[in-house]
This record gives sequence, C-alpha cells and structure tokens, in this order.
Amino acid sequence: MTIVEQIITSFIASAAFVIIFNGPKRSLFHCGLVGMIGWILYFLLETNGVDMVLATVIASFTIAIASQYFAKKYKTPVIIYSVAGIIPLVPGGIAYNAMRSFVENDYNLAINLAAKAFMISGSIAIGLVFSEVINQIIRKSKLKTIVNKTH
Amino acid sequence: MEMEKQETYDIMAVCLLAGKIMLQSGAETYRVEDTMMRIASSFGAYQSHPYVTPTGILFSVEGNEPTKTKLIRIVERTTDLEKVAQVNGISRRISAGEFTIEEAYKELKKIGESGSPYSVWIHVLAAAVSSGCFLIMFQGEWRDFFPAFITGGLGFLSLMYFHQLVPIKFFSEFSASLLIGLQALFFVTTGIGGELDKIIIGSVMPLVPGLLITNAVRDLMAGHLISGLAKGADAFLTAFAIGAGIAVIFSFF
Repeated sequence: MTIVEQIITSFIASAAFVIIFNGPKRSLFHCGLVGMIGWILYFLLETNGVDMVLATVIASFTIAIASQYFAKKYKTPVIIYSVAGIIPLVPGGIAYNAMRSFVENDYNLAINLAAKAFMISGSIAIGLVFSEVINQIIRKSKLKTIVNKTH
Repeated sequence: MEMEKQETYDIMAVCLLAGKIMLQSGAETYRVEDTMMRIASSFGAYQSHPYVTPTGILFSVEGNEPTKTKLIRIVERTTDLEKVAQVNGISRRISAGEFTIEEAYKELKKIGESGSPYSVWIHVLAAAVSSGCFLIMFQGEWRDFFPAFITGGLGFLSLMYFHQLVPIKFFSEFSASLLIGLQALFFVTTGIGGELDKIIIGSVMPLVPGLLITNAVRDLMAGHLISGLAKGADAFLTAFAIGAGIAVIFSFF
C-alpha cells in the first residue's frame, strides 16, 4: 500500500515541480516518470537498510541515465528531466531539521544534520556526473566526437 | 573590411543573446558556454571564448581582425526550462544551417520576450499539489495532506507577491517561509493538521534551492569554480532565508 502511495505521489510531485520551473508541457509526463523512478529506487533502498548517501548516489545515477535517454529521444536538454528527477532526493527535510536544531541551541545535532545534508547533495551531484562521464566515454569510444574537435 | 567587422559584431550579438536567455533561465554553465561556441562556429567564427558566471557573460571572438570582446551583466535569474529547451532547439537549427544571423537574432529575441507558458494560478496549484505529495513522500499522514496543500500553495503565492513588492530575493523567501510557518502553526493548533514538522517540510519544498545546490556542486566538479561558488552562495542564502523564516516561528512557539 505504501509503495503505491509513494509511486503516485512522487510522479505527481515531480511533474508539478516541472510546472513550477516552467518546463515544456510536452515533457511533463516523462519528467514525472523520471522523478518516480528515482524516488522509488531511493525509497526501496533506504527502507531496506541501505545507507542514505549510497541510496542517493544510486538513485541519482539512475535518474541521470533515464534523463539522458529521454533527452536524446526527444532532443531536449538533459536538465529538464534531471531536475524533475532529483527534486525528491534533495535533502530538504534534513536541512530543515538541522536549521531547527540550530534554533533550539542543539548545535551537536545541528552540525551533524547539516553535514548529512551536504553529503547527500554532494552525492546527488556525484550520481549525475558519474553517469555523464560514462556516457561520454561510451560516445568517445565510438569515435563520433573526433569530427567536431577538428576546428 | 568594414563589412566583416559588422558581421563579427552580429555573430557576437546572437551568441550573447542566446547565452543571456539560457543563463537567466537556469541552464548549466557548461551548456551556456557550449551553445555560444557552437552558434559562433556555425556562423564562421571558429575561435571564440565564452566565460560564463551567474552574474555576467564575457565573450570574445578571434579572427583576422583584432579580437573583439563584449561583456553583459545578468541581474535577474529565474528558472524557465521551456526557454532553455527553445534556445537549445534554435542552436541545433543554426548548426544545421537553417538560419541567417538576422533570422536567428529575431527568433531568439522572440523567445527572450515570451512570458511563462503557465499562468500564475497554475504555478500556485502546482506548488500546492507538490507540497501535499511531498508530505506523503516524507511519510506524513493523509489527514495532513490538505493543510500542506493550502500552506504550500499560499506560501508560493506569497513568495511571488513579495518578490514583486521588494525585488530582493532574501526578503521574499524569508517572508514566504515566515508565512508558511504561521499557517502550519495555525493548522496544528486548531487541530486540523497533525504533525507540524511534516507540514512545514512539505510546504517549503517548492522554495528549497535543490536545483541550485546540485548545479553548484556540478559546476565545481566540472572546473567552473567561480560559477560553482557563486551558485553555492546563492543556494546557501536561500536556504538560510527559509530556515530563518521558520526559525522565527519556532522562537515564538
């Protein structure tokens, strides 16, 4: 039951976020799909005891691959899909709790949580960059880019 | 000779306009630089050096004549992915040789002046819906869905309103999150809402600078150190504004 809930809400939330960011209307469905895939993967890993940071890396890596697929297929910039995908992973809740602990003078917990939020946003970026690098390696090995490099 | 000079300036104008629209709409630094270089080289300026930071673009074109350089300032930054996609499409068509310089400039100008594809109310509705959905994603109860829906929607509306009133990002974000905190407190004290924390987290998600944080780290990794640091500072300021707004509520609560 929870998983169905999560699938539906993550799809709607990701698509709604693309509207907030003025994304193209024709890509709303795919954006929702990318967001859903990423979030469900993260959710399943996290509830099964995988470390949050590792779960985030894996999820954002998958999001980036899905985004690149859609971007290539529909000839739109990758960022449109990847933004929708990563938004649910952004450590908003942890950052909020960190801030709250700061206000309540619990500095130990606050620094703890802030470091965690930083680690997670770093791992989102690592996941994205990783898949981009792999994508580039694959493309370069096909010797497609040599033509563009000549001038 | 005179003719060629004019042309270089025209090429630069097209590239800078494209870069400006993309940067203002939230494209990544490398994408802006890449697009500008591609446009320049498809119009025959093979040696071009764009230098892009979040607050300005420096662009110079080398050729037979002395190198020409231009700088433009970027003041207003929003997120408008539709425009990024459109400029990207134009750049593709320029590379394919479908446009003359003048046509490209006109086309880009049209994109730059076009408004958002969605109305304000659609934006507010989207913010409201996503707030409610985030509440569920963060393991909130269904009875809190409605409070989060209202709080997130009104919070986002107030963000846009305050931003129009005072064009300082920090204040509009601070005031919006203050309002979100107040509303969440209202719902919880009247017994309509259950968990204060969950409602607030769900509702501030539309304000959270997730895109900026991630872009900042990516820029840093790609070696765009200035852009990365600037975006990081921007994101930190936003996060701080949101945190401070909520913190004020807690200090009274």
